[in-house]
Parts: sequence; C-alpha cells; structure tokens
Amino acid sequence: METLWFCLVAVMIAVYVVLDGYDLGAGIIHLFVARNDGERRAVLRSIGPLWDGNEVWLLAGGATLFFAFPAVYAAGFSGFYLPLMIVLWLLVGRGLSIEFRNHLKNAIWAPFWDAMFFLCSLLLAVFFGAALGNVVRGVPLDEHGAFFEPLWTNFRLGAETGIFDWYTIIVGLAAFCTLAVHGALWVALKTEGAVNERSRAVAKVGWWGVAGLTLIVTGLTFRVQPQVPARLAAQPWGYVFPALALAGLFSMAWFLARREECRAFLGSCAYILGMLTSAAFGLYPCVLPASTNPAWSLTVHNSKTGDYAMRVGLVWWTIGMVLVIGYFVFVNRHFAGKVRTEENGY
Amino acid sequence: MDDALTVHRLHFAFTATFHYLFPQLTMGLALLLVVLKTMALRTGEEHYNRAVRFWGKIFGISFALGVVTGIPLEFQFGTNWARFSRAAGGVIGQTLGMEGMFAFFLESTFLGLFLFGEKRLGPVGHWVATVLVFVGSWVSGFFIVATFSWMQHPVGYALDANNQIVLSSFWALVLNPWTLWAYPHVMIGAAVTGCFVMASVGAFYLLSGRQLAYGRTFVRVAVMVGLAAVLLQLLPTGDMQGRLVAHHQPVTLAAMEGLFDTQQGAPLAILGQPDVEKRRLDNPLVIPRMLSFLTYRRWSAEVKGLDSFPPQDWPSNIPLVYYCYHVMVGLGTMFIALMAVAGWLLWRGKLYGSRPVLWLLMLALPFPYIANTAGWITAEAGRQPWIIYGLMRTRDGVSAQVSAGNAWFTLIGFMGLYTVLGILFLFLVRREIEHGPEQEVQGLTAEA
Repeated sequence: METLWFCLVAVMIAVYVVLDGYDLGAGIIHLFVARNDGERRAVLRSIGPLWDGNEVWLLAGGATLFFAFPAVYAAGFSGFYLPLMIVLWLLVGRGLSIEFRNHLKNAIWAPFWDAMFFLCSLLLAVFFGAALGNVVRGVPLDEHGAFFEPLWTNFRLGAETGIFDWYTIIVGLAAFCTLAVHGALWVALKTEGAVNERSRAVAKVGWWGVAGLTLIVTGLTFRVQPQVPARLAAQPWGYVFPALALAGLFSMAWFLARREECRAFLGSCAYILGMLTSAAFGLYPCVLPASTNPAWSLTVHNSKTGDYAMRVGLVWWTIGMVLVIGYFVFVNRHFAGKVRTEENGY
Repeated sequence: MDDALTVHRLHFAFTATFHYLFPQLTMGLALLLVVLKTMALRTGEEHYNRAVRFWGKIFGISFALGVVTGIPLEFQFGTNWARFSRAAGGVIGQTLGMEGMFAFFLESTFLGLFLFGEKRLGPVGHWVATVLVFVGSWVSGFFIVATFSWMQHPVGYALDANNQIVLSSFWALVLNPWTLWAYPHVMIGAAVTGCFVMASVGAFYLLSGRQLAYGRTFVRVAVMVGLAAVLLQLLPTGDMQGRLVAHHQPVTLAAMEGLFDTQQGAPLAILGQPDVEKRRLDNPLVIPRMLSFLTYRRWSAEVKGLDSFPPQDWPSNIPLVYYCYHVMVGLGTMFIALMAVAGWLLWRGKLYGSRPVLWLLMLALPFPYIANTAGWITAEAGRQPWIIYGLMRTRDGVSAQVSAGNAWFTLIGFMGLYTVLGILFLFLVRREIEHGPEQEVQGLTAEA
C-alpha cells in the first residue's frame, strides 16, 4: 500500500512538473522569442487560462504527500524552510506579473512585469531542480528524522551541506534547460508566425544543452547517490524509466526537425516524466535519504501513516482523480488550438 | 525555544489573518453571483448579466489573492509546525488532500470558464459554471473548517505503537459535530461580508448619483440576502457554536466571557476589561443570569469560571480572546439592527431615497471583515495552549529545527509582500468600482 502511494505521489509531482513546467518555460524564453507587446501577449495567452490550474497540482501533490507520508512532509518542509519560502514568494511574484500585465495596460509597466515574469520563472526552475538534487543527494537527517539546511555553506558535498552545492547547482541548471526547451515547444505549439519560428530555434539550440546535461547529471548522480545504480542493477526492469526519458529526448529532436510540434512537445513530456520517475525508482524505498547515516533515512515504511487512512484515501483519491481528468480534458479542448497575436479573450 | 514559538505563532497568525480577508469575500460573492446569474437566466435581461460580469471581475481579483496567500498556509503546516504535521498529518492530511482534489481543481477549472467562457458556453452553460464556482469555493471551505474543527475537537483517531496519531474513522472525521455547526457559521459569516460589500458599492452608486439601476439592484439583492445571513449567523449557528464551546472547552468559554469565578446564575458581560492579574472584570456592564440561560437554558445553572481550571490550561492570552469575542458579537448585533432597518425600508419602498441608511450601508464595509477576523481569533486563541485540543500542546508542535531568526526573516518577507498585495488589491477593485458595470471594458481582463 505504501508503495502504491509512493508511486501516486511521485506521479502527481511529475505531472505538476510537466504541466507547470511548460508555463515556467514559457516565462524563461518569452523575452527572447517575443519581441513586441503583441507577441508577448500572445505568449501569455497561450498559458493564460491554464497556468493556475497547473499550479493546483503542486498543492494536490503536496497535500497527498502530507497525508500519506506525514514524517517526510514534516521533515522536508521544515528542513527546506528557506528555499520553500523563497519558492512561495517567487510563485506569488510570477502570478502577479502575469495578471498585472493584463490589468495595467501601460507602456511603462509592461517591460517591468515581463522582466519579473522572466526572473521568477527562471529562479523557480533552478530552485525546483536544486530541490530534486537535494532529495537525490540526501539530506543531513538526525535520528529523529529532522534536519535544517541553510541555503549554502561551502558548496561542497559533505556533512555541513547547504541547499546549493556544486551537484545541486548542476541539477538546477539541467532543470532550467529542460524547462526552457519544454516551454519553447509549448509556445511553438500554441503560436504562429515569428514567435513560432523563434521558439523552435530556441528549442533546437536548447536541446543540445538538455542532452549534454542529461549525460552529466546522470553520471554525477550515479557517483553521488550509489543507491540509484545499485537499485537499477538489482531490478533491471527499472530501466524502462530511463528508457522512457531517452526515447522522449530523441523524439523531441526528431519531431522538432520535422515541424511536428505536438509530438515534439509530447516527447519533452515523456522525457521529464522519464527522468523524474527514474529518480523516484532509484531512491525507492527511500523517500528522503539521509546523508548522515543510511539507517536514519526516511523510507516509505517508517514515514507512512496508518493503513486504514491509506485505504480510505485511495477511495477518495480515485474519485477525485477521475473528476480532475474530466475537467482537464474539458478545459484543454475548450482552449485548444493556436492563439492569434491579436485576439480579445475567448 | 519560547522565543521561536512566539515567532512561529505570529507567522501563522499573520499569514492566516491576511489570507482570510480574500476567501470570505469570494465565498460570499460566489453565493450572490449565483443569485444574480439565476435572475439573469430567469428574466433574460442583460442588466443582470452585466451585474454578474462586474462582480465576476471583483470576484476574480479577490480569488487570485486568496490563492496566492493560501498556498503559503498549506506549506506552513510543514515548514513552521513540523512536529504537529508529523504527528497529525495522517488525519488532517486527509481533509487537506480532499480539499485539493475536490475543490481546488473544480474551482480553478470553472473559474476560468466563468470568466472567459461566457460567449462559448451560452447562458445555461455559463449559469452552470457560476454554480460550480460557488460549489467549489464552498466545498473548499468545508474541508478547511473540517481541518480546523479536528484541531478544536479531535475525533476519529487512534494512537499507534509509535504514539503517532492515525485516522481510525473517516466518517467521524468528516462528520465531526464541531464541523456541523462551525461550517455554517463560517460560511454565513462569509456571506455577510459578501452582502455588505455589495450593499456598500450599491449605496455608493446611489449616493453619488451614478450607475443608478445597478446601485438599486446591488442594494436590493444584498439587503435581502444579508438580512437572512445576519439572522442565521446568530440563530442557530452562533448559538450552537457557543454551546459546543461550553460543552467541550468550558475554560475557553470562561475566557471569552471574562468569567473568573464559577457561579450559579452567571451574568453576561456586555462591557468590561478583564484584569488577569487581579482575576476580575473591571468596569463591568452585565445582564444578570443571562450567561447561565444562554449556555444551559436555565437561569440558575452553574457556569464554570477560570478558577475551576489550572492556570496552565487557560488560554494563553485571555484579554485577546475576550475582546475578539465581544467585538464579534457586538458587531453581529449591529449588523442585525442595520439590515433590519434597511430591509424594512426596502419592503416599504423607501430605501433608495433614504440617504442616512445608505450612508450607513456604505460605511459598514470594513466591519464584517473585522467581525469575521475577530471570530477566527476567538476560536484559534481560545484553543490555546493546545494545538490539538487536549492532545498536543502548541509548544510541542512547532518545528524545532527552524530558529527564531529564520522565522523572523520569512515573517518580515511576508509582511512586505502582503503590503504590496493589499495595495494592488485595493487599487484594482477601486478601478473596477470607478468604472462601474454599465460599459464593458474593452477586452476581457484575465484574472484567475
């Protein structure tokens, strides 16, 4: 049962990254692919009705983690206190910049909101990547299952590590590249004309960054967290997850070259899902590995809630998820198709 | 340790209080939007559709601020209250998770359709979207109140071998008797805010001689719904809520009423200042025996005062609990008087010309916010020194690893950020009110 919930939480977080990832990515690239006000508005409209719904996945994933593995939620959220609070501020800043750009139609303010949208999106991508890096590397849990990490110490791996060390910064960079390409593919899918051209160009260049960093991060991860290769060796069926990521990575390039935007975007989705599920598979049964003493790691077994709660939760979770998929299909059909550069609402 | 505890408590109090300024308006307006949209559908008049679009914009702005200030609260259980989350996550994670699955997705989906989809959906489809936005926001409120109620009155749980709290009965959690009265009390409180805001804007239009047709509609709808809401807020919901407190948390009741000594035929304090050191109420203005009657329906019933309980179980800030409770009840009484007068004038057909009452309606705008906030503070500060009543002390729930300095850093950060948010909110709403519902703004604005 706890294994099932581990998978569900991992999938919800992966879905969040895939969905919010494209609008974060759109924020990262919009200064470069959209040169004038009309084009910027077109980029914003491509994510306009969807981005806040995407962020709900973060809340739902967090709440699911909270109820299924309360010890992990408690340790992780208090241990990552500062970066989480900064992520919250960035999410607020980003939401503001999207909404206010629409409300204050004033030439002075538009570039300000654009810059803020860019900066918040960029930092969020790096922070999310670094967070993943921290979870994979392990955190300094004590015997009570608690820890506290400062933002940085000396940027080295070791006992006194911070959120940012050289490994997590590289993972953060990889996340930045991945989401920039993901966002570029989304914008290409949703727009026409010059914006579409430039987005595809960004995606093509960015793809090499993604491919290179994938190689580097994978190599480093195998050294930093030996549990990941050990688990792959012990259960070779787990290679399906990295295989999914690779297939996604190459299909991105393949379809991008053939201007099949939708398939290229799906390839990017598959790549992100594959990378995240690979990480989750590699860590299992740990949810939060301890860098101090492996015995203090929080695993699905020592951090789960009661069995009854997990069974009951499965009932409402399933009902809820059916509804969510229903809405999702409904809305995406409703807002399907390309946005034009000048169009007022739907 | 005590120092860090205080900062963590201030942190949650600040972010939660600021957050609740927005949901109380959205939940109240959601109800009024359904009323207006139903009138539009039944009469087929464009007048009501314009009214819906006007309030829909204000709803959207308030909703957006409710979301951005609500996400930090969900995070803060883990960041600032890790030991509480670890112990109780198996229970309250259920209600918070259900809120995400059943309310947030519904709200965010249909709010987009409600704001952007009127043309594509058609009148009936748009009405359905309005109703679903209402349902989503009220379902969200239910799960939050259920979470809060479990902390006030824990039910349906067991302690496992490691002394962790685990859920033992789902239905006991969802149908907590505390929730059954707290939920309507909270939601009707939100409706009161929605009605006073709508009445205030309507009165402003009528007094300044602009947007007259809309001013009349807003005042009429708001006073009709508002009169019902202020009455229901007292009876039965407020009364039943008080009796639950009396039954399950008698020490909280004593603090709320400023009752230091246990007595038969206890008086009800209308005014007075509690002096905790001398253990008495200074300058009291009381109704004899009234408290006994209200609590137990008998004039001579014994009501336990604070002296019946050990001081370590007293709420940690008795004056705060006392004053907030009295502010809430006092304002609630004035709301009933104002809405009754306005309702009577409306019935006689004289309200739109009665400038003194319109002035009162316009100026009443901040008071339902104060009353709702005071009510929440009464409940939360009244629960102290417990984070889960009778089960876990607040000082045992805090994140031990997060120092006072780090908590101050983020608290100050939130104060700065929320000041900016508050200014932007007022600016945007003022602009919508200035503009009024009569002409459409060019190009639909996007907020969600």
